[in-house]
Amino acid sequence: MHVTRNHKNSGTVSEPAWVRYLLLTVALAFLALFLLMPLAAVFAQALEKGWQAYVEALKEPDTLSAIRLTLITAAVCVPANLFFGIVASWAIAKFSFPGKSFLITLIDLPFSVSPVVSGLIYVLIFGLQGWLGPWLQAHDIKIIFAVPGIILATVFVTFPFIARELIPLMESQGREEEEAALTLGASGLQTFFRVTFPNIKWGILYGVILCNARAMGEFGAVSVVSGHVRGSTNTIPLQVEILYNEYSYAAAFAVASILALLALVTLAVKTVAEWKMHQTVPVADKER
Amino acid sequence: MSIDIEGVSKTFGGFAALSDVSLKVPSGELVALLGPSGSGKTSLLRIIAGLETPDSGRILFNGVEATKRQVQERQVGFVFQHYALFRHMTVFENIAFGLTVKPRKERPGKKEIRDKVLTLLKLIQLEQLADRYPAQLSGGQRQRVALARALAVEPQVLLLDEPFGALDAKVRVELRRWLRRLHDEIHVTSVFVTHDQEEALEVADRIVVMNQGRIEQQGTPSEVYDRPATPFVFDFLGNVNLFQGRAHKGTVQMGGVSLSSPEHASANDAPAVGYVRSHDIAIERESTDPGSMQAQVRYLLSVGPLVRVDLTLPEGDRTIEVDLPREEADRLQLTIGEKVYARARKMRVFVDDYQI
Repeated sequence: MHVTRNHKNSGTVSEPAWVRYLLLTVALAFLALFLLMPLAAVFAQALEKGWQAYVEALKEPDTLSAIRLTLITAAVCVPANLFFGIVASWAIAKFSFPGKSFLITLIDLPFSVSPVVSGLIYVLIFGLQGWLGPWLQAHDIKIIFAVPGIILATVFVTFPFIARELIPLMESQGREEEEAALTLGASGLQTFFRVTFPNIKWGILYGVILCNARAMGEFGAVSVVSGHVRGSTNTIPLQVEILYNEYSYAAAFAVASILALLALVTLAVKTVAEWKMHQTVPVADKER
Repeated sequence: MSIDIEGVSKTFGGFAALSDVSLKVPSGELVALLGPSGSGKTSLLRIIAGLETPDSGRILFNGVEATKRQVQERQVGFVFQHYALFRHMTVFENIAFGLTVKPRKERPGKKEIRDKVLTLLKLIQLEQLADRYPAQLSGGQRQRVALARALAVEPQVLLLDEPFGALDAKVRVELRRWLRRLHDEIHVTSVFVTHDQEEALEVADRIVVMNQGRIEQQGTPSEVYDRPATPFVFDFLGNVNLFQGRAHKGTVQMGGVSLSSPEHASANDAPAVGYVRSHDIAIERESTDPGSMQAQVRYLLSVGPLVRVDLTLPEGDRTIEVDLPREEADRLQLTIGEKVYARARKMRVFVDDYQI
């Protein structure tokens, strides 16, 4: 990512101009066709019947309930994964211990497992026919087809986002600054908040924003555990699917446009975070 | 504060970084731990600081056991090879850090902290750069800031891990002289790690030469340089030529010449190795001494004030290195290919311990 820009205009090593423009055009055309156009289409469809209809579609009680549930889910998942992500990446980046590579593999597990399978795992454990099902029913605790199940599945799916962002960042920064803080008399917490955290805060923000986007947008795993109870266990993506299957296209796209907006916000924050991270990271131990 | 290290051992994985190391650092001394990489010197320093825990052995500060003490309680100042400055803080904030993290009861007031930092900035001659960030400083400036930051908390011991290792040659020499003067002013017990013999010889009150997790020799710079206790120390300090031979009842046969060596009077035809520093060899046109060896000039190279002469010895086609002062070389007017005589002015012979 860190490219030296000295050779930017040196004609001798660069391709001919027409090759550069051709490559650039192909890349941009591809992006426009497969990314920008669908995004524009979402907003176009959503606003097809006018602003009024758009707002009406969003104010529909089932939709409002879906938005609320999505916000609750994200509000639980993101802090939980933030905490575990920081703890895990701290452990991995700053200490060596047996089973370290196993832990890294474990963190990556949700990336490699299909979300549907992750949902099914929870059904298998907590469902009526599952291992804990009878016990849960006896104690009148509902997990599957209820909010806790949705939250659990989302936590599982979004687990790697923050940790994966922080591990390489913290590894590249090494332990020396923390060690310096300790020798200067700082406690563990002081070291974290005054030395470690300022160095990783943009990485954390980036991780949080990615984690949040996925938590709000997760479909597969949530679909399996939710049960699709209208106005009660539907999240935004599930609501979009229901509306779409009922041929209420304008409403479906209106709700979908919320997720699309979220994506745009995510992109903007990501850009800022990357830019800031770039400013703070590469100064470590280079001679001027 | 004095430091006592008693029988400290440490292994990393299967690698023995330190084996049963004992060392006393008297209060107020500036001690160099000198050795090649992997000799355990940095591990020892980190164990003194509390950044590593020894597998066995004890560390005593002023005679009081400190092995179990946390890093924060040890009151050590640690200077890292790559400075480890807090990159998001200014020079001022970096130096003030140790004071601002003190528990509220002990923490000095804002003004006191400010005064202290300004005094330290003056000491390191960087008053103008208080508001810069580490990235905006040169290597030498960063290392001085790191030193000031360590000194701000008034440590009982100052530990420096290859403090000048990442600097270019000129800055390195300036900074180490500055460190020596600083130590003469503040007299805090200091231990610094280096692999640069010149640095150790110039800066330290005492040198501890380490090799493979053990201490080979310790003493003042002139002691270790003039009377190396082991072949390793001889080899490590300065340019050395080796002569293989045999020692028998006080005489050493080496390179076709025979030398008297009274300290090996008991040796009975044992293999011996003679060590001669490259500046302890004289080159002559005539053989003036029975110890002179015939040789041929192979190569001449001027290195600053010295001229390096490579000589080929007839037996075994071996090459030895000789450093001549410039004037001496000018007087001799050597040419490549010329036949000359080489004479060791000083040779130290080590006889293998075992007898055949």
